[in-house]
Amino acid sequence: MQREGSAFSGLGVVMLKELSDHLTSIRLFVLEMLVVVIALVTVYLATAQIKDTTAEDPFLFLRLFTTARDPSPFSFLFFLSFLVPLMAIGLGFDSVNSEHNQRTLSRVLSQPIYRDALLFGKFLGALMTLVIALVVLWLLVIGLGLLFIGIPPGGEEIARIFVFLLVTIIYAGVWLALALLLSILFRSAATAALTALGFWLFLYVVWPILAGQIAQIILPQDPRYMALGLQTPGTAELEQILARLSPSTLYGEVVVALLDPTTRALGPIYLSQLQGAVLGAPLPLGESILIAWPQMVAMIATATLLFVVGYVIFQRQEVRA
Amino acid sequence: MSQAMNQDSLKDSVQDGVIEAKGLTKVYGSATAVDHISFAVGRGEIFGLLGPNGAGKTTIILMMLGLTDISAGEVSVLGFNPARQPLSVKRRVGYLPDTVGFYDQMTAADNMRYTARLIGFRHAEREKRIADALERVGLADVAENRVGTFSRGMRQRLGLAEILMKGAQIAILDEPTSGLDPQATTDLLGIIRGFKAEGVSVLLSSHLLERVQSVCDRVALFSAGKIALMGTVPDLGREVLGGGYVVDIEADGAGLAERLALIPGVSGVEKTGIGKLRLHADRDVRPEAAAEVVAMEGRLKFLGVQEPSLEAIYTRYFEAKPDAAVTEGERHAA
Repeated sequence: MQREGSAFSGLGVVMLKELSDHLTSIRLFVLEMLVVVIALVTVYLATAQIKDTTAEDPFLFLRLFTTARDPSPFSFLFFLSFLVPLMAIGLGFDSVNSEHNQRTLSRVLSQPIYRDALLFGKFLGALMTLVIALVVLWLLVIGLGLLFIGIPPGGEEIARIFVFLLVTIIYAGVWLALALLLSILFRSAATAALTALGFWLFLYVVWPILAGQIAQIILPQDPRYMALGLQTPGTAELEQILARLSPSTLYGEVVVALLDPTTRALGPIYLSQLQGAVLGAPLPLGESILIAWPQMVAMIATATLLFVVGYVIFQRQEVRA
Repeated sequence: MSQAMNQDSLKDSVQDGVIEAKGLTKVYGSATAVDHISFAVGRGEIFGLLGPNGAGKTTIILMMLGLTDISAGEVSVLGFNPARQPLSVKRRVGYLPDTVGFYDQMTAADNMRYTARLIGFRHAEREKRIADALERVGLADVAENRVGTFSRGMRQRLGLAEILMKGAQIAILDEPTSGLDPQATTDLLGIIRGFKAEGVSVLLSSHLLERVQSVCDRVALFSAGKIALMGTVPDLGREVLGGGYVVDIEADGAGLAERLALIPGVSGVEKTGIGKLRLHADRDVRPEAAAEVVAMEGRLKFLGVQEPSLEAIYTRYFEAKPDAAVTEGERHAA
């Protein structure tokens, strides 16, 4: 059955309203302050570490994002990979159920728009908010880097930092789609928030540990490899496949490929792959992206899938409170 | 089913119908929420959907707005099919949901602006319409206050302002007066009468029979997803309360009861108290009754005809024939 008119009429209106709601909310202010403070601290510590240890590096500027002050693991990237989900969840967990709870949904949907516009508008509004927040953060870090290190980044570095930003936005989109889905599933905003945080803890903290254990149960380590102090290739591969079910793992792999140009493969490297390779030589940006391409596609697909599931459920949901 | 047939079958009851429902049915799993409902609402008419909570009123409204699927039957709103042309319907119909909600952190005017943008009004027109609408419902003074500070009555009025701002041809009001104090209810019913004066059709649902009786031109009484009775309140009264008029008299005079019983048209006289009589008649016999009292040189203290109340009709109807709802509903629809 063909519907009349465009599914997207009113989309821009909803998006702008959501954007202005988010930008003026105390919630975003708190989250943004948290991220900015952490960015300041980590970048400061990173520059100190870089000054102490690095003599010469063609990609000095990229170190800013990945270096942590020894012996702590707290690099900018480390914080980003767990704070971005938190921001996305914070913006998305009550987007649909608050309309139910404020009893505004039926009134808004009785205006000449489709539900599609409302849901897309909510997603895009929150995503735009995240984009603004992340762009500000990036500029801040780059500015601080210029101040502290005193060496401007090269064109290649700028390009890598930009792709890193895009990937982070996609990563945020995955968590936002999850939060949106949960806000559709659960009428109570608190339930949706707690469930989202549960997913976050599980996927970020528990799953990487669990993946190794499960892999060893399914494919036990080969004693011959163990005697040599090596990982059994089959087990290692299975562990990686399982770990990649978590978007955090995918994001981590993409960022490694982007911010460390010497990365040649994400996963176990076989001797045959090293034949003829100049170890330690950086790859061009295009090659680095190619290495991480499957992971990027997987993240986009995850976000799309989560959104579509939410979309279908929302379309079938009863409007009445 | 063709539009022509639809209109043909309804021509007797309503001329120029803006809402026409025919065999409308909604099934949730195994439960039937709305069961083959047929009715029509005319232009500029105030039509009441009355019945207890859970009788299926809100479901009917949502089906008319295309906000929930129709299981069977069809409904046409201003000639549009809400299932296929929801945008055309929603552009012309204003809806005030049961306990309407607004964005509490936004001002009344900002809430209206958001809706106006969704409808697609341009800036200048938007501001003018919003100011006019808020003025008419008496909220102009608090336009820049946050809705979070509003009372329930003010929210309901803001909801009506939204319908006014939209310039709707049909206003659908779901339980507009529930939970309001008497003053707020009176204000609200006044605004609803204002809709009628402008030629806007009003479809209003309520479980409060008494309050709504005063504004509705016609009503449909619901029970368990079916229309039990439909028509004007006096018509329903005659039909259900069994033969017309009840006249109360308070007067002195020996043998008055016997003389009153002789008036043509009076079917019975009963004593309801000292010097109080109640006449059952098939027409308004007040003039004759007064004349009798005067002829006997009695003193007439009170003379009044009972308006049939919806509550009495409703109660009496279901006492009398608890299983008659189906046949009644179909007869009225025909």
